[in-house]
Amino acid sequence: MDYFATVATLIVIQAIAACGLNVIVGYAGQISLGHAAFFGIGAYASAMLTTKAGLTFWQALPAALLITMLLGFLLGLPSLRVREDFLAITTIGINFIVEAVFIYTPFFGGALGIGGIPRVVVMGGRLGNNQFLALCLVFLVLSLALCRQFARAWAGLACFAVREDETAASSMGISPVRAKLSAFVLGTGMAGLAGTLYAHYARFISAGDFGFPVSISIMSMVVLGGMGTLFGPLLGAMIIGILPEIFRPLIDYRMFIYSVLLLLMIRFQPGGLLGDSSLVVGLLKSLKKLVKPKNIANPREIGGDGDV
Amino acid sequence: MQLFFEQLLNGLAIGSIYALITLGLALVYGILRILHVAHAAVYTVGAYVGLAIYSHTSTLLLAIPGSMVVCALIGVAIERLVYFPLLKYPPYVPLISSIALFLSLEELCRIIAGPELLTFPAALPFPSFSAGGVRVSGTLVAVYVVTALVLAILWFITSKTEFGLAMRAASQDMDVASSLGVDSRRVVDAMFAIGSAIASIAGILVAIYYNQVYSTMGTMPAYKTLALIVVGGMGSVPGAVVASILLGLGETLLIGFANIPMPRDALAFIAMIIVLMWKPAGLLGRG
Repeated sequence: MDYFATVATLIVIQAIAACGLNVIVGYAGQISLGHAAFFGIGAYASAMLTTKAGLTFWQALPAALLITMLLGFLLGLPSLRVREDFLAITTIGINFIVEAVFIYTPFFGGALGIGGIPRVVVMGGRLGNNQFLALCLVFLVLSLALCRQFARAWAGLACFAVREDETAASSMGISPVRAKLSAFVLGTGMAGLAGTLYAHYARFISAGDFGFPVSISIMSMVVLGGMGTLFGPLLGAMIIGILPEIFRPLIDYRMFIYSVLLLLMIRFQPGGLLGDSSLVVGLLKSLKKLVKPKNIANPREIGGDGDV
Repeated sequence: MQLFFEQLLNGLAIGSIYALITLGLALVYGILRILHVAHAAVYTVGAYVGLAIYSHTSTLLLAIPGSMVVCALIGVAIERLVYFPLLKYPPYVPLISSIALFLSLEELCRIIAGPELLTFPAALPFPSFSAGGVRVSGTLVAVYVVTALVLAILWFITSKTEFGLAMRAASQDMDVASSLGVDSRRVVDAMFAIGSAIASIAGILVAIYYNQVYSTMGTMPAYKTLALIVVGGMGSVPGAVVASILLGLGETLLIGFANIPMPRDALAFIAMIIVLMWKPAGLLGRG
């Protein structure tokens, strides 16, 4: 069961980060390719607070979240000035710069990283692998609930409006700045949560864990599952997490299979597996029609956007 | 002082190579508004194909044109099969497909050629000379001459020929250009072919300059050149060249000389963020 718990925990943690990215990319339509930077900021904040300042996980968690969200806010500010392509490049830049800061600052452990991060303690007992998995699952459910609430709240609706047409949205009295920043802060906050969990899961972190390839893999999860859908990022994280376990014998071709899969997916199904124009959803819907021909009223997935 | 000049010359060479890679990216962005990350994979493929031909024929006169043709074909294939059908989607779709394409081509190179570092033991037929105690190697001279030649030819094509006129028209507005009788598809094809052929030259030059070919040699250029086209002004070819040479000089002088404890690869992005804050259109951008 240990093997299962280890793989599953990592998938759950990545799913939380992917949900956060989905808020930024899927809901607000702001392309971000530097999500791993915030994942890393959360992990480093929690690791520093627990190893150097001697806080417990539960004391460090809110502090790490606050730090990540504050940095998400600050780094989100310049992004407001720039359009789609510029934003993508700026966020790539942020990722490279944050990684460089971690490597080149002795305060953050330099190239050696930070080790000896304590396990999570609940009611006096250290959590084992399975209990930690349960804890991560609780956080995942909370994150999904938060996303669902956000998508139904005014802030989320404002984000959808800005995603569809910024000019039209602002002419309706919606502040695009506010909408984008709220998505940025929520999304980076979830990346921070995932990072904190990751630090206490791996118990040793170094800057390489949060490089640009990690951003790409989180982005692949969101694209694969379906941008702007509630469960898409979770599905994507599961697929990308389980694939390498299945393809263990093909370990040498793993990256190749990944990237070709991502390429085929975005080339032929840019909406993702759970998106509106998706083959899978289409098949499921037609199956449903066959089984229950009268029950056509099918509540659409939140934010599942037809033309993405 | 001598060291300073040597650093300056090295920086200029690195800047020239950046310019050769960034050119293709700026051309593509100028006309299709796509961030062609996979361009750096074409550059890697160029180095590998050049090496493969060179090790069989041991002449660069076959290796360079051969590699240029292969890369031009790959470039056109990428445009036809991946980018063109995706133009109707929001810009992140082609961008992500380009990143995926970049990774898969890079992996393909590793799988075919093996993970180890290969050497490219060719000597470029250019004379070395020394002036005032500063030695300029033949390879450096080759890099300067080739870059200048490529830039001159490109300048001639874009500003003096009818095809160049069509290219400039298409990059201003493809639909209007088509309605006025410009074959936009052909122009785009040619653009990708030219950009990719130049990238293969850059790949071979880098391979000879450092005497090494490896599958991840395109990773840093892939993202750094994105920062460079932003600094130069999106889609501005002269801007991209100026930004590349400035970055090459800046990297070698600031990091190699002033010993600033910052990785050289982050410098491009720091410069980019400063430029975006100060002059969002880039150094030589329009509007």
